[in-house]
Amino acid sequence: MKKILSKIREFAGMLGRSFLNIIKYAGGVAILTATTLFWVPIPPLRFRHIIEQMSKIGVDSLPIVSMISLFTGMVLALQSAYQLQRFAAEMYIASLVAFSMTRELAPVLTALIVAGRVGASITAELGTMKVTEQIDALETLATNPVKYLVVPRFMALVLIAPILTIYADFIGILGGYTIGVYKLGISHSMYMKNTWNPLKYKDIWTGLIKSVVFAVIICIVACYEGMKTEGGAEGVGRATTSSVVVSFILIIASDCFLTALFYFIGR
Amino acid sequence: MIEIKDLHRSFDGHKVLDGVNLTINTGETTVIIGRSGCGKSVLLKHIIGLLKPDSGHVLINGKDVTKMDEKELSALRMKFGMLFQGAALFDSLNIFENVAFSLIEHTTTSRETMKKRVKECLSLVGLKDIEDKKPAELSGGMRKRVGLARAIARWPQIILYDEPTTGVDPIMGDAINDLIIELHNKLKVTSIAVTHDMTSAYKIADRIAMLYNGKIITAGTPDEIKGTKDPIVKQFITGAGKGPITEGEDFNHTIQYSK
Repeated sequence: MKKILSKIREFAGMLGRSFLNIIKYAGGVAILTATTLFWVPIPPLRFRHIIEQMSKIGVDSLPIVSMISLFTGMVLALQSAYQLQRFAAEMYIASLVAFSMTRELAPVLTALIVAGRVGASITAELGTMKVTEQIDALETLATNPVKYLVVPRFMALVLIAPILTIYADFIGILGGYTIGVYKLGISHSMYMKNTWNPLKYKDIWTGLIKSVVFAVIICIVACYEGMKTEGGAEGVGRATTSSVVVSFILIIASDCFLTALFYFIGR
Repeated sequence: MIEIKDLHRSFDGHKVLDGVNLTINTGETTVIIGRSGCGKSVLLKHIIGLLKPDSGHVLINGKDVTKMDEKELSALRMKFGMLFQGAALFDSLNIFENVAFSLIEHTTTSRETMKKRVKECLSLVGLKDIEDKKPAELSGGMRKRVGLARAIARWPQIILYDEPTTGVDPIMGDAINDLIIELHNKLKVTSIAVTHDMTSAYKIADRIAMLYNGKIITAGTPDEIKGTKDPIVKQFITGAGKGPITEGEDFNHTIQYSK
């Protein structure tokens, strides 16, 4: 009996600790977001740092974003053809690919790629700076680490994410086009008409709003994980994994929330 | 003058500082000695406001660091220079940008003046023509000296040294000691160093204080410390394996070989 009681107590303790940790994490992320937004408009604006980061985050992500969007567009066309052929409705493949890419897949896939590629590298870089006391050194040199390290990354990510998403939209549609026109035999003009005509501005901007929200999530989670890293190289590894996992979960969860929101707003 | 009054700080329920009291006079070099992990670096970080205490005060020229806001802390830190244990140079910047960091960030000094100042600081620490290199291209000892050059670039009034001779060979260690003495004599700064290297401590210190179990248990001139009767201090400065500090610790056992 005593054994069971102590097990229950242990379990309750563990639950409580996890809950407290989640609250602490949420609080830390909220504080970092607020501090970052506070420092954004305060000079110096460090355009050089922002441009540098944009190139690191954006330009260097182009090859992988291209590949994944192209293949996703192709797969989407093929998979829908499989179903739509049964109703002789292949011509709708074009609009299906266009809608899915702009509203959903381009922003989400781009965000997941950026979280894996850029978020992880931000956490690893800031985490290493933390464990080698470089962040302390910044403070002793009277420089705010959030202003110096987080703000340029934040600005770069928020500016580059919508651009990458638009790019992914086009490449995804191109993938669908390749399959639709060259494999399924839909005519060029029909495919183009069915892509652009049903597409509304709303489909594009809801995707772009999502991409900005995802960019904020990636940056803040990656920087927060990096700046609270402890325990040497092992700690950096742990923080990097945790940064990617938390970003992925939050991206998908917020995607669900935003999709529902846009669905009800648009009606 | 720096006054540390009844400073307490715990990490995860483990008391690291347990009522530290210490006064450091202006223009003096004070060395804080103690075992690894006893809280020396933590104490140093409280002096420059990187850590906030659970209770207690750190007064610098009468102003309480523990109650300062971000702006006041920034202004205060302009007067400080700090050398970190692993030098903590910024990996992404070259040596020039590292040494000139606070000049670039906080002053409108011209590039030419900065270059001159960086050259001057690097030559003070015995280095030259490495401005374009990245920290990763330098040896440990060189990085430490660049860290020192960065600490003095803005003519600080107080310099904090975190284990200045750890991680460098004994010859380089002695060169760093000479450098600390020279900087002290030339710049007339107040210096605080934490170390467990007694050779270094005797050489550079005007006063030595020992941190043990979260408290300063003794403070005095190097000669007073050498002649101490306190068994704890005596064991530490002589580096004896057996004594009151290691009582109950199980590392004096003899190795037994099985057949």
